Amino acid sequence: MVVLDARGVKKSFGGVKALRGVDVTVQEGTITALIGPNGSGKTTLFNILSGVLPMDEGKVIFMNQEIGSWPAHKRAALGIARTFQNLQIFQEMSVLENVMAGGFRHTSSGFMAGGLSLPKVRGEMRALEKKALKLLEELELTPYAHVQAGELPFGIQRKVEIARALALEPRLLLLDEPAAGLTTKETLALARFIHGLKERGITVFLVEHDMDLVMGISDWVIVLNFGQKIYEGTPLAVKRERTVIKAYLGEKRAKG
Amino acid sequence: MKRDYLILLLVTLVAFTLPLILPGDYYVEVFLFMGINILVALGLSLLMGYAGQISLGHAGFYGMGAYISGALTAHLGWPVPLAALVALVATALVAALVGWPTLRLRGHYLAMATLGLGIILYILFVQLKGITGGASGLSGIQPVHAGDLYLDTPRRYCYLVWSLVILAFLFSLNLVKSRSGLALRALHYSEVAASTLGIDVAKYKLQVFVFSCVLAALGGVLYAHYITFISPETFGFMYSIKLVVMIVLGGMYSLWGALLGGAFLSLLPEFLHRLEDLEVMVHGLILLMVLIFLPGGLTGLIQKIGEKIRGSS
Repeated sequence: MVVLDARGVKKSFGGVKALRGVDVTVQEGTITALIGPNGSGKTTLFNILSGVLPMDEGKVIFMNQEIGSWPAHKRAALGIARTFQNLQIFQEMSVLENVMAGGFRHTSSGFMAGGLSLPKVRGEMRALEKKALKLLEELELTPYAHVQAGELPFGIQRKVEIARALALEPRLLLLDEPAAGLTTKETLALARFIHGLKERGITVFLVEHDMDLVMGISDWVIVLNFGQKIYEGTPLAVKRERTVIKAYLGEKRAKG
Repeated sequence: MKRDYLILLLVTLVAFTLPLILPGDYYVEVFLFMGINILVALGLSLLMGYAGQISLGHAGFYGMGAYISGALTAHLGWPVPLAALVALVATALVAALVGWPTLRLRGHYLAMATLGLGIILYILFVQLKGITGGASGLSGIQPVHAGDLYLDTPRRYCYLVWSLVILAFLFSLNLVKSRSGLALRALHYSEVAASTLGIDVAKYKLQVFVFSCVLAALGGVLYAHYITFISPETFGFMYSIKLVVMIVLGGMYSLWGALLGGAFLSLLPEFLHRLEDLEVMVHGLILLMVLIFLPGGLTGLIQKIGEKIRGSS
């Protein structure tokens, strides 16, 4: 089943055409990777899919619903979660609170109920905390639960952001360069972890530069260049494809 | 979190004892006005510290509370509770009307909009002579009473004011640790990330802004029905600035900042009697010094001292 289907997505910034009519589909239960040289429009596409950026033209269909014009918070409520290439962590909140915020869509109490501290509010906050603590344990973040997130090393902040996105219990998880800035060892652990997500039934769509990671875990790879999809296929097929090699290494190397 | 409720208990004890032991009505009255200032500052602190937005027109909302409730009792003889309720609802509506378009935009549009609104409201207080009494003021505002018990002495009224201050703190502390508080803090650090977690950023900012304005109006209601005579200069731009200075001085990232900053700036004029014209300069100086030397405000300072003591023992 197709979870995400984006058609003819176009976006310009001033005169620069960042996306020139891109089609992508993501199948349920797969890990799909989006690759391409710098400036090819990967992050722009992710921003459009998650609703952070409006698109100029096109359609975004998620679970058979057209959500192209929905604001980000409504898309999140449907089960689309994401992480950011340049971390967007809540710096002065603790790691636990960051992850609790991720579970926001599973709570529902209003402003007045919160101020009056009705039993329902206390109950849902306890449930949120319990779930968050479980996620922290799973990601080996428990020792940092009460540390301010902004004070942690980069690699750990990345993990906090992934934990926060998972707290949303997403159907579709968009990971924007999850391995950037990680050590080789950390990247290997990340690869195992992402693979584990698939087994839990979470569909993963990721932007990544680390080719070993992409080729190792992806079921399907989509290649962008200059705002256009130039190829898509299995990792093996992508590795052999001339146009892809050309985009990455230039004309001459591809011929020789 | 538990610590905050302990502090509130302590504040309650102090607030309920002080009117009994202060050596005279004058001091009780100072304490009463301090309570009103703190109530208004508390709302602004939620707005500034949690939603990351500034209002430069809170004096206007404070004035709306005072004038609407005051005029309804003075001209139409409405009972105070009903007049107060109408004043709070009307202020909430005006706040929502101003906040709705401005809070959808990122950046400090709310500051500009409230600055303008504060000035417009001040002009209305002066010009709507039939209702507000114009520059010479509105008199004949009814005092608060419950049956035959008139809350017209400083001591009695002080209990009313501080009871409401404590209830407002209780509500706000609950709010901060609830789901809404989590959302407000999250959007303060990253609106983009908050929105991708399902948080309707504009809605939360609007709610906290309206709540903040209602607290300001409540302060105005309390002021009007105690003093029973109000004139526009109380509700001018300088009071809006004074409120911002209270929050910055007290510390933006803790609700207790409103308490400390509000208390400090309420007492300051008592020591600066002879320097009345210099009050504006003193406020400016405080703002400057705090921002340079004490960015966390007084609550930040206390926290740092606490950490040092714990660290050295």
